[in-house]
Amino acid sequence: MTEETKTTKTTKTTAGLSRRTLLKTGAAATGAIIGSGLVTGFPTIWAQNPITLRQFGTGVSNINAIAEKCKADLGITLEMTATDSDAAAQRAVTQPDSYDIADIEYWILKKVFPAGVIQPMDIKKLKYYDKIVPLFKTGKLTPDSVIAQGTAPHTVGYVEKAGDKTFAKGETELFTMVPTIYNADTLGIRPDLVGREITSWADIMDPAFKGKTSILNIPSIGIMDAAMICEAMGIIKYADKGNMTTAEIDTTIDFLIKAKQDGQFRAFWKSFDESVNLMASGEVVIQSMWSPAVAAVRSKGIACKYQPLKEGYRSWGGGLGLAAHLEGAQLDAAYEYINWYTSGWVGGYLNRQGYYSAAMDTAKEFMSADEWGYWIEGKPAAGDIMSPEGKVMEKAGAVRDGGSFEERMGKVACWNSVMDEDRYMVRRWNEFIAA
Amino acid sequence: MSTVLTPETTEPAPARTRGFRMPEAAIAWLQAAPLALILGFFFLLPILTIAIVSFWDYDFAGLYPDFMTLNYVETLGSWVTWKTYLNTLKYTAMVWGLTLAIGFWVAYFLAFHVRTTTMQMVLFLVCTVPFLTSNIIRMISWIPVLGRNGLVNSTLVDMGIIPVPIEWLLYSDFAVVLAMVHLNTLFMVTPIFNTLMRIDKSLIEAARDAGATSWQILWNVIIPLAKPGMAIGSIFVVTLVMADFSTVQVMSGGQSASVALMMKNQMSLLQYPAAAANAVVLLIIVLLMVAAILRVVDIRKEL
Repeated sequence: MTEETKTTKTTKTTAGLSRRTLLKTGAAATGAIIGSGLVTGFPTIWAQNPITLRQFGTGVSNINAIAEKCKADLGITLEMTATDSDAAAQRAVTQPDSYDIADIEYWILKKVFPAGVIQPMDIKKLKYYDKIVPLFKTGKLTPDSVIAQGTAPHTVGYVEKAGDKTFAKGETELFTMVPTIYNADTLGIRPDLVGREITSWADIMDPAFKGKTSILNIPSIGIMDAAMICEAMGIIKYADKGNMTTAEIDTTIDFLIKAKQDGQFRAFWKSFDESVNLMASGEVVIQSMWSPAVAAVRSKGIACKYQPLKEGYRSWGGGLGLAAHLEGAQLDAAYEYINWYTSGWVGGYLNRQGYYSAAMDTAKEFMSADEWGYWIEGKPAAGDIMSPEGKVMEKAGAVRDGGSFEERMGKVACWNSVMDEDRYMVRRWNEFIAA
Repeated sequence: MSTVLTPETTEPAPARTRGFRMPEAAIAWLQAAPLALILGFFFLLPILTIAIVSFWDYDFAGLYPDFMTLNYVETLGSWVTWKTYLNTLKYTAMVWGLTLAIGFWVAYFLAFHVRTTTMQMVLFLVCTVPFLTSNIIRMISWIPVLGRNGLVNSTLVDMGIIPVPIEWLLYSDFAVVLAMVHLNTLFMVTPIFNTLMRIDKSLIEAARDAGATSWQILWNVIIPLAKPGMAIGSIFVVTLVMADFSTVQVMSGGQSASVALMMKNQMSLLQYPAAAANAVVLLIIVLLMVAAILRVVDIRKEL
């Protein structure tokens, strides 16, 4: 935290320096330089002509270590602001001048891009464009994969020409966002307490777990988990889970209301720590969960598994978009930042957190063979697996839940999305919570 | 008085020779001005803004000045709203009844059974000790106590009193009411204690001399005289519970709705005008409840 404040201080003084601020920033800058160990000097021109990029986003990838490394490698200062996804969407649209880089999720991009606040990128300026996994270009991880439902990133990934408000059908020269971080979500279970094999999303509705389950109370994501459950139970077959009709929403919500009234759920969680506590305390034994929450439960020494299910995963992805107002040196710096972001160090960092990097080949160079084997190839860990912060996450011999990258991301059933009937869905969701 | 008049001295006024006297009305206005300004800017203006925004139109990207009643129609026309209000009123009634009973009990003990003033103050301060930690922490600390594998359940199971843990201790109406009573009882104790301390002890002696039993003294002397304190405490408790969202969210595990929680959901989805309409409705209802309390007890007359 202190490091970040220091770096932030060094930035705001590019215009008009008074003697006093010069002294002050000088001191702060020295502190920052010593602190991050970059006494060797800046490699690029940004050192002489300091550039600050303001990045805001949903917090998953707003990591201080990335800002520090960026400052060290490029001399570009990153000012990061984290908000929740709803606020991020609104800020992206209503205050386009308040940021230079938008770090947002693809389903939000579907709402944000048509507002004209994000400029598409020229793929010729993206050094590692070729390395980006095909999932974000064609929607297929491997040539024979099936394209998942929902707001799949490739459907909002391209435009035909600058200024377009609608997305292109296929790959073009203009990329709306460079993907940075993504993952496949599923249900978390307490293997010591469920007492049987969990193989399907439908298992969360098993009467045996009555009063011991939970789903998340964030409408746009919760409805997707609910959809996976309903379809697995054979209650309904959706044309597109990511874009339900009002009738489909009604069926789904009515089913949830009935389950709630029958006492199937113990609680609904809204924040990461709530989900961790519900699981760690044994209040629930099976619930919607995010991968870092599973890691957090495990780090308490409590068995918790991110259970792969036969219907597949619900996936999400985020990326970096360029604000429409960027031009000149700032735009060049933004491209350089994005190229640096995809050049491997950040990718390795994110992979080691249990997320996935969009440019796997470059990230591989920044990971040890054992780390690559555990996180990406699904092999048993040869030694202890450490988090990027240096904490032991898994002991030697552990295998990642769900297996390799191809196995997990190849089984995505749907992507987080925004529906056309969004407002109706939210209203019905509120009824479910009040019922 | 001189400070009030200072602005006047800066102006070269003809009245100066006659000694500067301001018209009485002006003095009164000046004296009322600071409070009026503060309330105006920080209370009336925001409420006015909320009332205005509640008539606006909105979509995902922004708010559009308009005059439409759709927000109210949607709010009042939905059974979710009614059910939520009923639920919130249910919590309010239960919490009010419990805090009033407990609050009066504690205050009565402090005022009439503790003999020395020092001890009274010490015990009163003990009552305020929980306020040294935050509301949220006091509320959350109930979770490990009430949980399925929590303190209460594991003790009862270990002692063989119950075979399986009691589920309704946590994430239930019981948990919500318990936490709310815990959080709000002191708001009852303080004003009631205050009024009880003002009761002239000779009144009680007189009643006793006239042959009244302890119950008669309590019912006919003490409670009528404690009414203003009860009314003030009730106003605190009722307004706090009606506007609560975090207790309901945390203690019901997200399974119950409250009016403020509904507003918070709307705000997180950027539906500000809808939340504003809800806020106006809630404000009117709470004002009516306060008016009803004040109608039963005339605080100014009886203080």
